Amino acid sequence: MKRCVLLALAVLSACGSVPAPASPDKLGGDLSVFAAASLTEAFKAVGGGFKAAHPSSNPTFNFAGTPTLLTQLQQGAGADVFASADQPNMQKAVDSNLVAGKPRVFATNKLEIVVAPGNPKHISGLADLARADVLYITEAPDVPAGKYAAQVLAGAGVKPSPRSLEADVKGVVSKVGLGEADAGIVYVTDVRAARGRVSGVVIPDAQNVIASYPIAELRGARNPAAARAFIDYLLAHGQQTLQGFGFTHS
Amino acid sequence: MTQPRQERVPAALGILAGLGAAFFILPLAGLLARAPWGDALTALTAPETLDALRLSLVASLTATAISLLLGVPLAWVYARVEFPGRNLLRALTTLPMVLPPVVGGIALLLAFGRRGLLGMFLERAFGITLPFTTAGVVMAETFVSMPFLVLTVEAGLRSLDRRYEEAARTLGAGRWTVLGRVTLPLIAPSLFAGAVLSWARALGEFGATITFAGNFPGRTQTMPLAVYLLLESRPEASFILSLVLLAVSLAVLVGLRDRWLGSA
Repeated sequence: MKRCVLLALAVLSACGSVPAPASPDKLGGDLSVFAAASLTEAFKAVGGGFKAAHPSSNPTFNFAGTPTLLTQLQQGAGADVFASADQPNMQKAVDSNLVAGKPRVFATNKLEIVVAPGNPKHISGLADLARADVLYITEAPDVPAGKYAAQVLAGAGVKPSPRSLEADVKGVVSKVGLGEADAGIVYVTDVRAARGRVSGVVIPDAQNVIASYPIAELRGARNPAAARAFIDYLLAHGQQTLQGFGFTHS
Repeated sequence: MTQPRQERVPAALGILAGLGAAFFILPLAGLLARAPWGDALTALTAPETLDALRLSLVASLTATAISLLLGVPLAWVYARVEFPGRNLLRALTTLPMVLPPVVGGIALLLAFGRRGLLGMFLERAFGITLPFTTAGVVMAETFVSMPFLVLTVEAGLRSLDRRYEEAARTLGAGRWTVLGRVTLPLIAPSLFAGAVLSWARALGEFGATITFAGNFPGRTQTMPLAVYLLLESRPEASFILSLVLLAVSLAVLVGLRDRWLGSA
């Protein structure tokens, strides 16, 4: 009995993870990049290209919602580069004295309505999100995507009632993909990354917002040379890769 | 239980044990050190905090009640009935103890979601959808917490001296009388420990809840979800809420140990 309860206590809690630190100060070696969740697929591809160009380098990525990354950095997580999904969070990083040099915008993104494959509910625009038969979910207002979605809806004068405020765009895409929700607002790039599992409904430019992604080298970088090289690579050779994932040129 | 002899601790063992303890104490100290005590009251009485607290209490207590209702009979079957596949069934029903909660949430979606095995039928026949509802939160919490109750109660039933029950039977008590007047009172400590453990697990549930029930203040946003999302917007408030959860869990574990597991 006692042993059993103790075993139960041991299993009672489970925990998250913390990224690995980087090492020596040359172009080779580990390079730790903290990047917004919406960059996941694109940055993995860019990282592959960077490694091909600098074979002794070893870029590793920590993808999460931008505010989560910011909190991790503010709490002293070791990273060389920070790529944010919006300007305000990058500004917070600058204000917290985390950034070395000036952040540079490397890509822009737009929003799109994500729906089930083939759009069975015939959603044609933002106004349909407020329909009673459409189960709409969105991101929490503190996540950049959620903030942009609120802007877009306010601009269009549509007031849908979301059933869930997901912690990040991936939560919205996966729940729509599983058929648990009918629609959500996510980035164009998320819809493209989940092609086949979901469809997208275009939001006209007049109603849309442009999300700018800034990137910066971090003050505490353990591999500043590689950090700068990665940013340069992204701004030059990485652009084509980014466009392949649906980002627009900065 | 016999009292162990007081032993001299070998230095190496003591150091390793100290490191082990520090590994757990330091994060708690960090939380205590960084918590903005001045804003504690404001953070705790904010409407969204109170909503999350209320929802957490209601959902976790309901989950515990369901766990008792379904888990005690299950434990009884495991302890008393020999049948082929019992070990496999027990393993399957206690799987959530070791499964990542997110996986549990996905499994729940595939079973009870709108496109799920049973969920599809529930929606068509009764118009019931469980994801994004408080009922969904209760289901997610029950799913991950009931195994703790089942295992604890089963262990209690197995260590019970069955002669008491037999004596009651020979004295003319019926099956239900024996269960209600002899068996359950005798295993009360395991019942209590199991219920409290599973309640604590339900209270701390995060992964299955956010996956299956989503996140909406007042409806599916429990304390752990609020802590996670506040970390993004107002980290200080999130530290305070973490401390509340921590205090509750600590009270539960200390209380359990002293009362039911024999203090050290």
